[in-house]
Amino acid sequence: MNIVLEIIAGILIVSGSIFIFLTAVGLVKMPDLYTRVSVTTKASTLGVGLVIVGTAVFFHDLAVYARSILIVIFVFMTSPVSSHMIGRAGYLDGAALWEKTKANHLEGQYDLKNKSLKNYYSKKED
Amino acid sequence: MSFLEICLYISLPLIIISVLISLFRLIVGPDIADRIVALDTMTSIGIAFMAAFGVFMRKTMALDVALILALISFLGTVSFAYYLERRNLQ
Repeated sequence: MNIVLEIIAGILIVSGSIFIFLTAVGLVKMPDLYTRVSVTTKASTLGVGLVIVGTAVFFHDLAVYARSILIVIFVFMTSPVSSHMIGRAGYLDGAALWEKTKANHLEGQYDLKNKSLKNYYSKKED
Repeated sequence: MSFLEICLYISLPLIIISVLISLFRLIVGPDIADRIVALDTMTSIGIAFMAAFGVFMRKTMALDVALILALISFLGTVSFAYYLERRNLQ
């Protein structure tokens, strides 16, 4: 039983660290801020989750299970929020798009001087 | 050497190499937002490193460190993004 748990934990930890390594490679290889944000928020969340689940399987203890579930829920909740905030701040700060970008749906929607949505501001002035 | 130790000897260097690669993006990154992304990635890799290190040392205490790191890294990223958004506002 113990051997089986160790083997499952080892496989989970190795697959999680492979995902983390792919995240780091994507962070360097991607051409653009927005693609970088996309790569890190997806792969890094999955990698951290797999490693934490492997740790919980290895220790097989109630306190460790509680902490692992807490960490996984927290990472899964906060990672999309923070990546959204970085992307929005980068767009408002004027980060350059990749030259092969096909469509920019935010073009003309933001008031870049006042850093807010255009409709919101015009309604406020009326 | 058991199977788990072989797995840890594979995964701990992989995680450390990923931190170093992210550090390259943190140094080179052409924009401030790229640097914030690299910092966020490094802290979330640090969570995974502390968990794997806890398995390596057979200590459950490392999970507390990982939990605190998860809490702190979100605050840091959000405050950096907030600063980046508002820094040129009159």
